Amino acid sequence: MTAHRFDVVIVGSGAGGGTVAARLGELASQGRSVLVLERGPRFHDADFTGQELDMAGQLYADGGGFLTADGTMTLAFARGYGGSTIVYTGTSLVAPERVIREWNVPGLGPAEVAERSARYIGENSVHLLPDDLINENNRLFVEGAAKAGLHAEQFPLNLKGCRGSSLCNLGCPNAAKQGTNRVQLPAAERAGVTVVTRAEVIRLGERRLTVRVGARPPGGKGAESEWAPGNYEIEAGMVVLAAGAMGTPALLLGSGLTGLPARVGHGFTAHPALILVGEHTQPVVNDVGHPKSFFIDRAEADGFVLETCMYFPFVTAKNMTGFGAEHGAMLRAFSRLQMILVLACDHATADNRVTIDREGQPIVHYRFTDRVVESLARATRMAATIFFGAGALRVHAPLANPPFIERANAGMVDRLIGPEHFLPGVTSVSSAHLMGGAGMGSAAANSVTDSWGRVHGRPWLRVADASLFPDSVEINPYLTIMALADRVADGILSDLATGGSA
Amino acid sequence: MTPFSLAGPAFRPVAISFVPELGSADERVWGTLERAIDSALGARRSALGEQVRTFIKVIDLLARLRFGRGVHRLEPGQVGRLMGALERAPFRLIRRGVWGLRTLVLMGYYTQPEVVASLGYRADRAGWEARR
Repeated sequence: MTAHRFDVVIVGSGAGGGTVAARLGELASQGRSVLVLERGPRFHDADFTGQELDMAGQLYADGGGFLTADGTMTLAFARGYGGSTIVYTGTSLVAPERVIREWNVPGLGPAEVAERSARYIGENSVHLLPDDLINENNRLFVEGAAKAGLHAEQFPLNLKGCRGSSLCNLGCPNAAKQGTNRVQLPAAERAGVTVVTRAEVIRLGERRLTVRVGARPPGGKGAESEWAPGNYEIEAGMVVLAAGAMGTPALLLGSGLTGLPARVGHGFTAHPALILVGEHTQPVVNDVGHPKSFFIDRAEADGFVLETCMYFPFVTAKNMTGFGAEHGAMLRAFSRLQMILVLACDHATADNRVTIDREGQPIVHYRFTDRVVESLARATRMAATIFFGAGALRVHAPLANPPFIERANAGMVDRLIGPEHFLPGVTSVSSAHLMGGAGMGSAAANSVTDSWGRVHGRPWLRVADASLFPDSVEINPYLTIMALADRVADGILSDLATGGSA
Repeated sequence: MTPFSLAGPAFRPVAISFVPELGSADERVWGTLERAIDSALGARRSALGEQVRTFIKVIDLLARLRFGRGVHRLEPGQVGRLMGALERAPFRLIRRGVWGLRTLVLMGYYTQPEVVASLGYRADRAGWEARR
């Protein structure tokens, strides 16, 4: 067992950990020691081949097939230098004022979240794609929405030199997406922050961590770890957990720390999502260009968000209901498909939470509430209307039975699509927006941390990722994660400057 | 070479009920599909592979109870009806089993380069430059 000591240890290198690392670069440049531990590898640019099976197995936990405890929802999250910012589409929205007010975290207001978000809008080159880079799949969404009397908004995206590979979710092969792997982590390393990849935290103790560094497996992508394979005991003046909404609660629950807030693991939300497909008579340009350029935000009124999307053949096949001849026929029409993602804005409930198994690995317990299923049904009806408005011949709607709705029945979508057709274990539901589990709040009785990410009762222990969210953020979350992580970093800098914690 | 972990007479008829195109697939396509499934199961917790194998045995047993013979002796339409009934079974465990098995087969088939190309899917790292 090799021993080390660092002033600050950050666990995780995604939107949260990467942001904190960059902000603490100033500490490193002043001679303090800052370490980032990342469970996944440091990928080379050439590793991003765009091959679905190849990349999913390398980038995502369980190859993208991590399931909730009852097996009814797939949770997608990545491991690697940059965390899930390697695989997101770069959609950069500021958290709605309403949501931040409803979170009701003392000391945290919407103006501050917006201001901190603006910093990363600038740093990550966020902008609207020019019209000539919008593909037909996205245009059909805008046209179909307009015919239904709806306004589709354009996503601000954090891209620099996007070539339109459409492969965002398998890691950008052109280094265009400005995730923490491209912006914050390299800046942190230039300032003297140490980043160690393939480093899994086995146990969190009182100001110490036990870490296992692994070797690159045979056939694995990415660089070898910066440290030799083996176990390490690391003493830390301060620990910042940014291992995601499953990883952070799991580390806390599996720690040897006594007296942690009882809310650890509670408050998990996920924006459960369905992928809908519309078949057109003519080819649709759908596999080139940024896949997610527009959205319709109905979170406040109806509890859902619609987004354009274009997934790869297997993910598409998996997310369609059923199997057999009709299922196969829809996939053979891939070059004529339009796709829409519908996301329900779920809320924290007592049932939905993270626990751990005997080995300390996270288990996500998630039950779909009636409200969520009704939101998904409303969203599916609207999406079907948009598909038909855009000229689709037929639509695959997971909340219809049978799921295929022909154009002749376009006027009946309200009757054909309904929550009664939601069947857990049949309806394919997935999530890539994992939130909560170590929520902010005023006291240990109702939360895990304060508004600066300090775990109640342990000022040396901070949280800086989506697990801080006390409830769903109701939009794509990464910019809000960065804003909160920025705040956590300010708190650390302030506390260290006044001699606190470390 | 390691034998395919889901080997047994029931697997291929069930897989064909999920992806009918497999009914005319050659051994190369089946081999690629089976290796992909083995690789996926090998990367997951050890119990999962055993659960999937057990579930295939349950399907075969149910076929014997319903039709008087194993899945591999059924007509394709009978296998499809059996799997359709199990997909919407009242027990969530059965539904989950069908969903999981079908997902493995879809993964093994719809990630094969020839299949992907046959669908017209042409994503390329060069993006727009590759099309214009």
